[in-house]
Amino acid sequence: MSLVRLDGVEKRFGDLHVLKGIDLKVEAGQVVAIIGKSGSGKSTLLGCINGLESHDDGRITVDGKVVSEDARSLRELRQTVGMVFQQFNLFPHLSAGRNVMLAPMVVHKAQGQASEALARDCLAKVGLAEKFDTYPDKLSGGQQQRVAIARTLAMQPKIILCDEITSALDPELVAEVLKVVKALADQGMTLIMVTHEMAFAREVADLLVFMHQGRVHEVGAPAVLFDAPQTPELCQFLGAVL
Amino acid sequence: MVQFTFWDILRNLLLAAQWTVLLSLIAFVGGAVVGLIVCVARISKNPGPRWAARIYIEVLQGTPLLMQLFLCFFGLSLIGLNVPPLAAAAIALTLYTSAFLGEIWRGCVEAISKGQWEASASLALTYPEQMRYVILPQALRIAVAPTVGFAVQVVKGTALASIIGFVELTKAGTMINNATFQSFLVYGLVALLYFALCFPLSLLSRRLERRLNVARAS
Amino acid sequence: MNYTFHFADVFAYGDLLLRGLWLTILLSAVSTVLGLIVGIAGALGRNSEIAPVRWLAGAYVELIRNTPFIVQLFFLYFGLAQMGLKMTAGQAALLAMVVNLGAYATEIVRAGIEAISKGQWEAGLSLAMTRWQVFRHVVLLPALEKIYPALTSQFIIVMLGSSVVSQISAEELTFAGNFIQSRNFRSFEVYFVITGLYLLLSLGFRQVFRLIGKRVFGKG
Ligand SMILES: Nc1ncnc2c1ncn2[C@@H]1O[C@H](COP(=O)(O)OP(=O)(O)O)[C@@H](O)[C@H]1O
Ligand SMILES: [Mg+2]
Repeated sequence: MSLVRLDGVEKRFGDLHVLKGIDLKVEAGQVVAIIGKSGSGKSTLLGCINGLESHDDGRITVDGKVVSEDARSLRELRQTVGMVFQQFNLFPHLSAGRNVMLAPMVVHKAQGQASEALARDCLAKVGLAEKFDTYPDKLSGGQQQRVAIARTLAMQPKIILCDEITSALDPELVAEVLKVVKALADQGMTLIMVTHEMAFAREVADLLVFMHQGRVHEVGAPAVLFDAPQTPELCQFLGAVL
Repeated sequence: MVQFTFWDILRNLLLAAQWTVLLSLIAFVGGAVVGLIVCVARISKNPGPRWAARIYIEVLQGTPLLMQLFLCFFGLSLIGLNVPPLAAAAIALTLYTSAFLGEIWRGCVEAISKGQWEASASLALTYPEQMRYVILPQALRIAVAPTVGFAVQVVKGTALASIIGFVELTKAGTMINNATFQSFLVYGLVALLYFALCFPLSLLSRRLERRLNVARAS
Repeated sequence: MNYTFHFADVFAYGDLLLRGLWLTILLSAVSTVLGLIVGIAGALGRNSEIAPVRWLAGAYVELIRNTPFIVQLFFLYFGLAQMGLKMTAGQAALLAMVVNLGAYATEIVRAGIEAISKGQWEAGLSLAMTRWQVFRHVVLLPALEKIYPALTSQFIIVMLGSSVVSQISAEELTFAGNFIQSRNFRSFEVYFVITGLYLLLSLGFRQVFRLIGKRVFGKG
């Protein structure tokens, strides 16, 4: 059984039809890269998977459970699915370590010491062990994004959603974040990532999804899609970005 | 006619200024408590409380404080409560303050970016947990400066209690003026005393705001 | 509670209410125009290259913003009269409102001018305009547009604050209320109606300002 499965998912914002019947299966341990023009619905799709956005039609199952809107099942869902954002969204009033500790303490009711050990461990995984007491505004963009990844890891999710997590970074900071993502992929984490880093997608992803106007326009192995795009839309998109 | 020296006038004004301070404190503390409720209602997900708070704010911000004082004063005596002017003034000023503080604080909560809500929701925090651990701590920090700033409005607002006969600084000034006919001196002193109360608050508010901006910019 | 409300006793004085309403509108409108002019002058003063002018403008703003309007009113009306400068209640009321709004407008306009980027000044100056010309032709209108919402709120505050000028017997809306309740002894009903009229005024004025804003700046 697939870890994540979308069947005919539809989403509207008022009159705007953003997702027009999305079908997608993601197996445990798979790395899925989603590409597509701005406005094609990539972020909305990710949001539907962890319930940040409600969907209007179709069905999403994650880890065998149907995604619904009631508070209890959302809380459970979000312990399974972590998310990393383009703008990092670290909590500015908390140190890096406290950012990582917050959810384990509040949601898992972890003890202070246990969650501190966990946080140090997670920060070490992203190479920031020494930044435990540093506040976000004293960290570079790349470091902030790595703390955000550590914060997600601390909840021990089965799936991590990444929404253009290197798009807000200065070019020289992109590599350090991608390195962390690559390591996660190598350790078998299931990743669904929206990205503009085509070379990275080609290297790391098992499955490439091209979204166009609210539909999965083309899907397949990255090498196949990159080297032999089937539709003029993907050709055009790749021509513009490569 | 009694003869007032400059020092008599000043001493009497200073005594009365204590009542201005007291009324300000009552109104500010009371207004903060009610204002918190107004703020919570205003940002509630439930449209009932949200609309009630909206109308409450609209009415209290859309009518003169003086009329609110009159309505409290005359309204309470209508229902048979013979309240002293201090009580009527305290109630009216509390309501007035609560509407403004509630709205100021709502602005502070809404100033917290959508990303903070999304990130904390993604970490499986519930709405109360998001508020408690992520949104309010940040909102409180930006709320301090405008809240202190509004305290100035509260102190100035207490001057209207003189009109329903509560003897605070302004009323004392009027009474002394009626006895001495030294309007220029008396009202000049009254103004200076208010200034002495309000200006430090204004400065503090501005300093807090600057410090926050510096912290943000870095 | 077995009190019967007598609102008819209030509306019997309809023409008095209307006269008061009209004077409130007039006072507010005139003091807004004059107050804005004072505010622009004040903002220029606060940015002046001459230090004493800056200090004077700063002292004016701080003094007004940190004292109650009613005390300013009494000082101008009674205090200045004692010094030999006698005004009618209406004149004193208008003066107090202009002086008061002027101080707030100074800060609002100043914030607006500061919000216009240095680039605009530099672009204007490099086109060989004088500072005054840049201010007049490049900075002023965009600055006014930026501060328009704040000015609107301030106007409403001044309009509501004008109820205080009834205390020196300027015959605006609240004064009409005071007069009526001294005749019919229906204090609560009278002030209830007056309060409702003020609420209508502030809602109405906000609409009017929105429409004017649309016309002048081309958006709401
Ligand atoms: N909360 C929202 N309300 C209304 N429209 C939205 C909202 N979020 C996204 N949209 C619209 O939905 C479309 C898809 O947005 P998004 O999923 O963010 O695209 P992408 O991430 O591919 O750039 C866009 O046209 C966007 O303007
Ligand atoms: Mg997006």
